[in-house]
Amino acid sequence: MSHIELLNVSKSYDKQRSVLNEIDVSIEKGEFFVLVGPSGSGKSTLLRMIAGLEEITSGTLHMNGQVVNHLPPKDRHLSMVFQNYALYPHLTVEQNILFGLNAKKMDKKEQKKRLHETAEMMGLTELLKRKPRQLSGGQRQRVALARSVVSEAPLCLMDEPLSNLDAKLRAHMRMEIRRLQKKLGLTMVYVTHDQVEAMTMGDRIMVLNDGKVQQVGEPIALYNEPANVFVASFIGSPKMNMGRAVVKGQQLVVEDSLSIPVEAADVVDLPKNRKMIAGIRAEHLSQVTSDEKTHVLDVISVEHLGNETMVTFEVGREFWTAKWLGQQIVHVGDRVPVGLSVKNISFFDAETGELMKAASSQKQKEGVAI
Amino acid sequence: MNGAAVSVQSDAADLIEKEKRKRRTKNVLKGILFLLPSIVFFSIFLFYPMIRTVYLSFFLTNASGAPTVFVGMDNFIQIFSAPLFLNSLKTTFLFVLYTVPGTIVISLFLAVIANEKLRGIGVFRTIFSSTMGISVAAASVFWMFLFHPTMGWLNQFLSIFGMEAIGWLTDPKWALLSVSLSTIWMNIGFTFLILLGGLQSIDSYLYESADIDGAGYFYKLRRITVPMLSPTLFFVVTVTLINAFQTFGQVDMLTRGGPQNETNVIVYSIYRDAFVNYQYGTASAQAVILFAIILGLTLLQFKLGERKVHYQ
Repeated sequence: MSHIELLNVSKSYDKQRSVLNEIDVSIEKGEFFVLVGPSGSGKSTLLRMIAGLEEITSGTLHMNGQVVNHLPPKDRHLSMVFQNYALYPHLTVEQNILFGLNAKKMDKKEQKKRLHETAEMMGLTELLKRKPRQLSGGQRQRVALARSVVSEAPLCLMDEPLSNLDAKLRAHMRMEIRRLQKKLGLTMVYVTHDQVEAMTMGDRIMVLNDGKVQQVGEPIALYNEPANVFVASFIGSPKMNMGRAVVKGQQLVVEDSLSIPVEAADVVDLPKNRKMIAGIRAEHLSQVTSDEKTHVLDVISVEHLGNETMVTFEVGREFWTAKWLGQQIVHVGDRVPVGLSVKNISFFDAETGELMKAASSQKQKEGVAI
Repeated sequence: MNGAAVSVQSDAADLIEKEKRKRRTKNVLKGILFLLPSIVFFSIFLFYPMIRTVYLSFFLTNASGAPTVFVGMDNFIQIFSAPLFLNSLKTTFLFVLYTVPGTIVISLFLAVIANEKLRGIGVFRTIFSSTMGISVAAASVFWMFLFHPTMGWLNQFLSIFGMEAIGWLTDPKWALLSVSLSTIWMNIGFTFLILLGGLQSIDSYLYESADIDGAGYFYKLRRITVPMLSPTLFFVVTVTLINAFQTFGQVDMLTRGGPQNETNVIVYSIYRDAFVNYQYGTASAQAVILFAIILGLTLLQFKLGERKVHYQ
């Protein structure tokens, strides 16, 4: 059953500058739904419209099957965690957590009960008498979460809640939020600009750019079959390697410098002599012995990450990065043999940026898994 | 060999110590150089007059203000036994009591309503803060017209309802209230502006979060606005209090301390003693007392108020 449904939702300021264009999406009950996009893409605005903090310019927003465009935030039965946590600096942790229940004049006993349950769950029992400024960033984050949990609202909205934490704590909180959401069966709408967060946390992801939906789908689907060049370069780290490409006879020529042999079956759905963009993931720029090599490329940068090595090559005017397992002994300036297969290449229209053909090797793998 | 090494080491330590001391002296000298304009300015216009006032309060003076006879605490004893001074002390406290809470409450109300995001709110903000730009003299003249016993708008307004005319500035029962009323009006501009600034600096996320929690308007006002505004309120109360104790202009313009000394606040009393009666000694003694009162009250306020103020 769908919890939230957006139909043709748009937002514009002063009747001219449009921020969001005809967003259509439906979010299921108990789903972890992630809105991801670069800054200025309108993702926070969309979240605030769902919360009722921003006016919806046109289109309808349904919750549990009812139109809620006109309802104030308090009647939408939701809780929200803000990027800067929005903790009240003059109140203690306990008062912060109980602020909303107090405002609704809830029974004191019930308040106490919920406070203790929540504090227990979030590990805040020791900190209840402290003021926010006496807490560390992670603890503040936890208070903000507790405030949202204590309301027992079935829908929780989060606006980049982890962006003020350091990398280590962020990874930990990612897991904790995910666990909490599953445990409480919350419907979660989560805004982030970090594609790693989106990939690791979301049941489904919606990629936004310039106020337009680029693609909606499961993380793996977005990774394997990005709908356009934007999604392809936004999802995945390092980003997908891309280059201008054209099919000439039995050859696929990328950036006028790489020729990849193709069979007729591989390019049967692709137009001949049409400008395209070819994209290949870093892990498909494989490391091979000189016997199996298809190409030899110039190394311009090497990054050792310990368990893997990132090697950047120059391909025409583009830089392509390969991700190889283990600690590879490669130096800048080396000419290194690599293996490239047309099966791993996705093709996009050079003009519209839309996907024409996804990498076929992924489909085979999925087939094997089933 | 070993001894030589030690001596080289201690020589080096000495040298470093000397160099450090040199740099410190240089820094202090530089700092004083930067402070010099302020030090000179404050010395001439603040510290010297203050010391001179305390000094004069122990003397009798001639008409030109030169000390003649040392009388010790006699000036203080004399003014504290004079009913006129005790009366002006009482008047001053009443005046503070009338003006400070009134100014704060009205300005806070105006600031809260002017903080709403509405079309054309800038016009109202300008109007509410405009009294800041009006001099005390001009405002007093304006209020004098309002208070005029026959032609004044206030009495004409009363006559519409068939009420008797009030001698706003001439009736001893009303005079202090009238002066307080005009003072509140004059102070609102400044207080309003500071409070509005304080309101604008409160993070809007706090209100949004409260909206989602379902908090009502007055709940937000009580639990968020007032506590978050407390540092600003504290500042405004302190400044308004000190200002109220030092009021002179409107008293001089509107009532000249009358009728029957009902509006003879301390500063006006000092002015009369010094520049009308040429009693510089007792005037100085009054000034010292006023200084002590303001200092005491401000310290007390800091002691009591600081605990309730939430600095971010």
